[in-house]
Amino acid sequence: MKWVDTEKWNEIFISISKHKLRTALTALGVFWGIFMLVILLGAGQGLQNGIAQQFRSDAINSLWIYGGSTSLEFNGLPKNRRIIFNNDDYLEISNRFPEVPYLAGRVYLSNNLILKYKDKSLGYSVRAIHPDMRHIENINITKGRFINEKDQRDIRKVAVIGEIVRQDVFGGENPIGKEIMLGSTAYYVIGVSFDAESDRAQREILIPISVGQVVYQGNENISNLGLVTGDMNEGEVQALEEGIIDILAANHQFNPADERAIRVNNRYEDYKNVQNLFFGIKAFLWFVGVGSILAGIVGVSNIMLIIVKDRTKEIGVRKALGATPQSIISMVLSEAIFITFMAGYMGFFFGVVVLYLISGVDSDFFRNPEIHLGVGFAAVLILVIAGTLAGLIPARQAAKINPIEAMRS
Amino acid sequence: MIKLRDIHKAYKTEFTSLQVLKGIDLDIQEGEFASIMGSSGSGKSTLLNILGILDEYDSGEYHLAGQLMKDLSEKQAAYYRNQFIGFVFQSFNLLNFKTAVENVSLPLYYRKVDRKLRHEKAMHYLEMVGLKDWAGHLPTQLSGGQQQRVAIARSMVTEPKVLLADEPTGALDTKTSHEVMGLFQKINEQGKTVLIVTHEQDIAKVTERIIEIQDGVILTPQQV
Repeated sequence: MKWVDTEKWNEIFISISKHKLRTALTALGVFWGIFMLVILLGAGQGLQNGIAQQFRSDAINSLWIYGGSTSLEFNGLPKNRRIIFNNDDYLEISNRFPEVPYLAGRVYLSNNLILKYKDKSLGYSVRAIHPDMRHIENINITKGRFINEKDQRDIRKVAVIGEIVRQDVFGGENPIGKEIMLGSTAYYVIGVSFDAESDRAQREILIPISVGQVVYQGNENISNLGLVTGDMNEGEVQALEEGIIDILAANHQFNPADERAIRVNNRYEDYKNVQNLFFGIKAFLWFVGVGSILAGIVGVSNIMLIIVKDRTKEIGVRKALGATPQSIISMVLSEAIFITFMAGYMGFFFGVVVLYLISGVDSDFFRNPEIHLGVGFAAVLILVIAGTLAGLIPARQAAKINPIEAMRS
Repeated sequence: MIKLRDIHKAYKTEFTSLQVLKGIDLDIQEGEFASIMGSSGSGKSTLLNILGILDEYDSGEYHLAGQLMKDLSEKQAAYYRNQFIGFVFQSFNLLNFKTAVENVSLPLYYRKVDRKLRHEKAMHYLEMVGLKDWAGHLPTQLSGGQQQRVAIARSMVTEPKVLLADEPTGALDTKTSHEVMGLFQKINEQGKTVLIVTHEQDIAKVTERIIEIQDGVILTPQQV
């Protein structure tokens, strides 16, 4: 049999154009199924994108350690001693746990510093940090670069300014390479940061922790430590937390069981909750997707049954005139596949158009609705195949019908 | 042209077996104009199905144009139907969404004749039945008699060996019935074998030979 049988397709096109209602009903069913599938999956994806945006900076599986005051006596030392971390703690943790992908300390400078640039003079909070802080806080660099290991080692006076600082101080001017005064010290601006979490982060200025310690504090103290646990599981995170507490307890002479000596903020739980939420959304999307496809299959199968019933007499006539069973089956199925495919394609196309139109919506929990092209085409393909299989059985039965009976009915 | 020898046919269900044809012997020569008469339940419809290669028989032999029609596959049966037999039905059975000329040319489509030639031949036979000017009309725009004439043109277009008509006048009034029978006569005069199944005495009388069937057997001329 020829792949493209022009005579056959000519017959099919005549049949399609002469049975507008039947064609329209079949097409509508498939069109609607695919259209709704695209819209639902796209909207679900939009929901997921929106929520992902909400949790963008919190979703990090991070661990924060803050110094506190001892509440238990230990080794002859009294209660109420303040625990303050230092560079030795940082180095020891870093050496003992090489599996931790990112570890950084942070120093808060007690007061806002006055930033002077040209005729401008504004107060901002300044934080001194290790370069790894970028990955722990998910800091986004929109211009220039972040603080690196060399800045840190060489105690370079460089600064990364928040987006709002940039707007306030530089306006339209390019801030990179410009010299600013922070208090009485001069810095070069090396980058602009954008942290989705809060406006506060965008009003901050970041400098290397070594500079903060040397210039403003004159000691090696670290206010708090942060780290990312990477792909460790819950047990490994727990072991890590205990290991770090042991190191700090030994360095600062406190009872490891003293819950107030240091405070550990483990965000693994949050991380897990967010992961669960995403899993829930994904499961929902699959449920909706599979449901739509099933509904589509049932719809197409139903229409196929009706079509074949509707054509019983015609099939009888064609058989009496010398049509082979194969040619009957081929005719019915080719027509069905053609309509299903075209309608599916149209449904897919219009669904994508609608998604495009609503992609302008940018609310807190909904952004960028989109559908994976492969998923859409797979859905159309599944519907076409299902429709074909559904049509095959009644078509074969119809092809077996005795023409005389068919024509008398 | 048609040779039936001891044809038996029974419709079997799980519990019963209904013997419909009980040994049919029949010879119809080329160019004959014959009718098969019988009341309903006599087995004439079953006989027509077998003659038209639409149904199988249990035992015996059926030769059509010298070929044995037995144990055919669906495909072979379709081929012989298309090659040897032209059907005319009581309810015309034209496809409503096709024009008269498209209906007439349909059997040639299944013979894989090219479209232009199909159209030419279909027009030729429409002219023969006097409906050339109606070629572009849909069946619903034609009278019953006209529809049956279109159906006759359709049965003739493949130039079959035998024309089988199943109650061709059953849905027509007396006057139109006679016109249609006249058309069959004309076709027969051109040398075609025509076999009409009917239960109407008037119609059967037009043919040259009446074969009466009763309770699954053919009555001998003495019995008629």
